[in-house]
Amino acid sequence: MIAEIGHYALILALCVALAQSVLPLVGAARGDGALMAFAKPAALAQFALVALAFGCLVHSFVVSDFTVRNVVMNSHSAKPLLYKFSGTWGNHEGSMVLWSLILGLFGALVAGFGRNLPPGLKARTLAVQGMIGVAFLAFIVFTSNPFERVFPPPTDGRDLNPLLQDPGLAFHPPFLYFGYVGFSIVFAFAMAALIEGRVDAAWARWVRPWTLAAWSALTLGIALGSWWAYYELGWGGWWYWDPVENASFMPWLVGTALLHSAIVAEKRDALKTWTILLAILAFALSLVGTFLVRSGVLTSVHAFAVDPARGIFILAILVTAIGGSLAMYAWRAPMLKGGGLFQPVSREGALVLNNVILATAAATVFIGTLYPLFLEAIGGAKVSVGPPFFDSTFVPLMIPLLLAVSAGPMLGWKRADLAGALQRLRAAMFLSILAIAAAYWFADRRSVYAALGMGLAAWLIFGALVEWAERVRLFRAPLASVWSRAANLPRASWGMTIAHAGLGLVVMGIAGVTAWQTEVIRLVRPGDAFDVAGYKFVFKGVTRDDGPNYHFARGTFEVYRNEKLYAVMTPERRYFPVAGMSTTETSIRTNLLADIYATIGDPESATQSGNMPAFLAPVTPQTAWTVRIYHNPLVPWIWLGACTMVLGGLVSLTDRRHRVGAPARARPADAVASPAE
Amino acid sequence: MKLPRARTAKRRRLMILLLAGLGLGTAAALTLTAFDDHLVFFHTPSDIAAHKVPVDRQMRIGGLVEEGSVERVSGSATIRFRVTDLEHAIPVTYEGVLPDLFREGQGVVANGKLGADGTFRANEVLAKHDENYMPAEVAEALKRAGRWQEGAAKPK
Repeated sequence: MIAEIGHYALILALCVALAQSVLPLVGAARGDGALMAFAKPAALAQFALVALAFGCLVHSFVVSDFTVRNVVMNSHSAKPLLYKFSGTWGNHEGSMVLWSLILGLFGALVAGFGRNLPPGLKARTLAVQGMIGVAFLAFIVFTSNPFERVFPPPTDGRDLNPLLQDPGLAFHPPFLYFGYVGFSIVFAFAMAALIEGRVDAAWARWVRPWTLAAWSALTLGIALGSWWAYYELGWGGWWYWDPVENASFMPWLVGTALLHSAIVAEKRDALKTWTILLAILAFALSLVGTFLVRSGVLTSVHAFAVDPARGIFILAILVTAIGGSLAMYAWRAPMLKGGGLFQPVSREGALVLNNVILATAAATVFIGTLYPLFLEAIGGAKVSVGPPFFDSTFVPLMIPLLLAVSAGPMLGWKRADLAGALQRLRAAMFLSILAIAAAYWFADRRSVYAALGMGLAAWLIFGALVEWAERVRLFRAPLASVWSRAANLPRASWGMTIAHAGLGLVVMGIAGVTAWQTEVIRLVRPGDAFDVAGYKFVFKGVTRDDGPNYHFARGTFEVYRNEKLYAVMTPERRYFPVAGMSTTETSIRTNLLADIYATIGDPESATQSGNMPAFLAPVTPQTAWTVRIYHNPLVPWIWLGACTMVLGGLVSLTDRRHRVGAPARARPADAVASPAE
Repeated sequence: MKLPRARTAKRRRLMILLLAGLGLGTAAALTLTAFDDHLVFFHTPSDIAAHKVPVDRQMRIGGLVEEGSVERVSGSATIRFRVTDLEHAIPVTYEGVLPDLFREGQGVVANGKLGADGTFRANEVLAKHDENYMPAEVAEALKRAGRWQEGAAKPK
């Protein structure tokens, strides 16, 4: 019964979305206030209906209703409650419902809180949002019904892919979708502006908070995914340039460009058509990301199903949305009037540089990700593009960008004096050179790149601090006046300082772990001792036992530092009999400056028998085991830095000026902070 | 008043175009050189057996792990196994921890280099992500060897 209610609610939501996508547009074209006003109740109703459907699906999962096919395929009665819950979106159908839910939520937020929006713009924005809703709801209803029943019902389910049974991954998709779908609102605003043929500073001011919210959520989603890959896959790395990672990274790059170009559009009334194009591209890449990940074109843990009907449906959505919006852009954008002028060396110029580099970087990632698919589609050789490709294209592009990040905010609008800006940055320059020297002399003389990376990171962090110190006139004015300046500093500029410093932390983490990682793979017997980067590891042996829905083998290491016990590490291998799959549970001990990271492999001379994996094969107490240990300096800073960037985004969202357009601008931030509900 | 404004607008546009051109040019140059060096080609065991494959270049192979071929070199973390497309099999060595889903008789994809002795030295071994799913590369290898049975491997 519950499942039928959910299914019915989805179909109703589709009907509402259809009406929402047509009537307000007609109303806006004819100047009919009643038809335009229809958009608000429609958006609220669409959200309520999808929320009802989502609730029904969650209910089916939580009570393990095995008459629902989706629950049978992706859940099991012995699974912990959190994963029954997160299993709702750990599969193709459920994740699409989550997509629509967040889409509906953003539509409802615009409808509910966009009181100050001009009625025409609001009606058109919600209509475009309705069209996206139609596409995704139709996709669910016609090709991916999550509420399909099975008869006769099996006694138990097939379990969720054990790799997904993890707290990090339970919340990775919702944040990622908040980011993707957040760009849909920006896209809808852009399309509405194209239909109206008018983009002004007010438009940019309405768009900025949504971009910020989407960007913050996407940043957090990507960071969570990277953290999950780090501790769950057991390969000691934090980013693999995997197509699925790239799929979420491309919208992030373009979204970051959009975040910056919207500032120029708002403050200087320039770069307007470019901002519109970025809004279209950010959402288009979000759709491409969804397509790449969900269609099964890519070999990945994310690819749930290879169903041609679905693939064609998503392709149709892609072609319509991207082709339609770009055609609209080509037709209407030339009618938009250009705005403020500026010299090449100016704040605007710096932001243009930011945009050009970010867009180019997104293009290289796009080529690296899609070229193998393209080559295969035209019948060429089967190739793959790995990390070396991205290391030699993406990384060199980032260096001028990172150098410019600290200089840009020091430049004035319209025209600026680069030499003067650099002179005011001399403290940051001095500290960066100091960082390079310190990294080179004290940490490691082998790697020049690591030292330069540290210098770049210091440049970002101290550059952000110097800019802040200039604004509050630190060391130049009496402390009381510094304090009041800091208190009166707009939240948006606090946000920028925090986010840019966070980027510096990320760069420092990346440079540190890339240059100074130590990897040890060896075969050890219980009692053996060995050294990894100054830590003494003593292997105590392996024990086996059963967890709630798995069997496991657990290795124990005692780790000594300076002859004192520093940590006891217990990496595990787990085998999930229902799914017939194994996972690696790494053991990580961090002191925030570096991680030590241990995994165990298989016992010597054992192979798997039948379905049982090798690590559960019979062994003697003296059997040797393969172990893999990493020492990863500075790696926690990558995620700390990413979280700092998110914090910067959220602080910026609370800026009073961002509320001019719609009174309750803090709402998207709240929603971002707790999407689990 | 009108003329200089138009001229600056034009100059600004030119500046943006130049900058964009420079960015795209750099990216194109970087991409093309990177493609030359870092494009990893996929080969099947039959390709390698036919000596159609360059030695000592990074490549990717795929196939099934031959039943009974997995052995651990005692005293080290090195593992030897054979990858087959059911026509030909090639020996592979790998030092490290095999992925959780590595099984005899199941699909596997490996990145590495072919040695002059005909042994493939893998620096990365990837296995399928769940039991119903066959990596695209493995299906491709079996198809090329004519050993692909539609439906038998249940690509979900």
